[in-house]
Amino acid sequence: MTARTVITGIGVTAPNGLGTETYWKSVLAGHSGIGRVTRFDVSGYPATLAGQIDDFDAAEHLPSRLLPQTDHSTRLGLTAAAWALTDAAVSPGDLADYDMGVVTSNALGGFDFTHREFAKLWGKGPEFVSVYESFAWFYAVNTGQISIRHGMRGPGVALVGEQAGGLDALGYARRGIRRGTPLMLAGGVDSALDPWGYVAQLSDGRVTAETDPARAYLPFDSLASGHVPGEGGAMLVLEDEERARARGAERVHAALTGYSSTFDPAPGSGRPPGLRRAAENALADAGLAPADIDAVFADGAGAPELDAAEADALRAVFGPDGVPVTAPKALTGRLYAGGGPLDVVTAALAIRDGVVPPTPAAGPVPDGYGIDVVRGEPRERRVRHALVLARGRWGFNSAVVVSAAGER
Amino acid sequence: MAQITVDDIRRILVACAGGMEGLGPDADITHLTFEELGYDSLALMESAAQIKQDFGVDVSDDEITEVTTPKELADLVNGLVTRAA
Repeated sequence: MTARTVITGIGVTAPNGLGTETYWKSVLAGHSGIGRVTRFDVSGYPATLAGQIDDFDAAEHLPSRLLPQTDHSTRLGLTAAAWALTDAAVSPGDLADYDMGVVTSNALGGFDFTHREFAKLWGKGPEFVSVYESFAWFYAVNTGQISIRHGMRGPGVALVGEQAGGLDALGYARRGIRRGTPLMLAGGVDSALDPWGYVAQLSDGRVTAETDPARAYLPFDSLASGHVPGEGGAMLVLEDEERARARGAERVHAALTGYSSTFDPAPGSGRPPGLRRAAENALADAGLAPADIDAVFADGAGAPELDAAEADALRAVFGPDGVPVTAPKALTGRLYAGGGPLDVVTAALAIRDGVVPPTPAAGPVPDGYGIDVVRGEPRERRVRHALVLARGRWGFNSAVVVSAAGER
Repeated sequence: MAQITVDDIRRILVACAGGMEGLGPDADITHLTFEELGYDSLALMESAAQIKQDFGVDVSDDEITEVTTPKELADLVNGLVTRAA
């Protein structure tokens, strides 16, 4: 019998809500965090929008000692991690330090910090560059800083998989639990909304040039024109269910019952993309049939060819209009490593409250998609099992099944 | 070149590596160790760069990690100031 992995703690930093319940209220109300970039003059740029977290003051949430050495993304990550541990009510002494691990995904690194230090390098000279640049830029830094701050000395892992990597972090955490580490803090948080980081994101070629926030990021919509980048994400406390019960965990939000990742074939191979296989493998891993899934939290790229490809995969797995599909990430922008974990949180809350949150809409869903997109209003529905999908640029596909705490 | 004081060291440490939690601004840190104050070798290297900018003396990475208290660091810097003068 393999250990069952449950979610006992959640920490959310999202453009439309700091903290889990604030975020969830925004999602159900269709409140968007997307707007014009305010951190620098964006008027000369081909894109002008982002999902920004405007109400985050790092000094309110972190000790001053951590501020000189952390990028904005790490400050968000440390805050989400602390909230997740508080939510899980893990007290020092509940678990030995080597019984708690950390796995984060990161796709962008510390752009904002590095941008400022590089300006010093060009403008004043190398001796003016912060010594903390040595690690503040680094993809693994969130795992390291979280591990040090909370004395979590179990497995420490960093995964990079563009927009899919956050789900891989959760899958890896489950593996760590099955290997015997009772508690893993896992997820992802990204941010790069400084002038340099923003340009780097635009180079992707998939960011919309639309300037109206309400029409900018529209997954599965005939007006889809690309996506908007955002910042933030979520951290989750995952535990072996029996060990969580033994330490007196106050609440189990949901269970992580299935996981799979696949890689797309080389362009021009003629073979299909790997998203469908990731979805099917995750269902098989959870021991579920497509009919058991009550909602899909889609990747929702917001670009016509990619949306059509995802619709193809969903039709192939579930049949035409076979399952309610939603992409509430259209309210936050695409959060890179943060997107998958935040969708898993959203799925857990959908299970808790029996409601599938909506996807913002402007035009009709293209006829050929043949999928049942939840649009406009939340749809009340019992949700026992939800499938979360994510795709990362250059071929990453990942899928997670989130199940109600009581479901096998 | 001016002599560096323990108060200068305190100001530089706080600016480079963050505040001294649990210690008020008037606490006497002269003979507390950097370890007790919670400043690691990176914090000291960052402070050495600031000392160079403010006082014009080069404290090498080897030297900065040998001293253990603000007083020892002040003495080291002042010795270097005197030698440079």
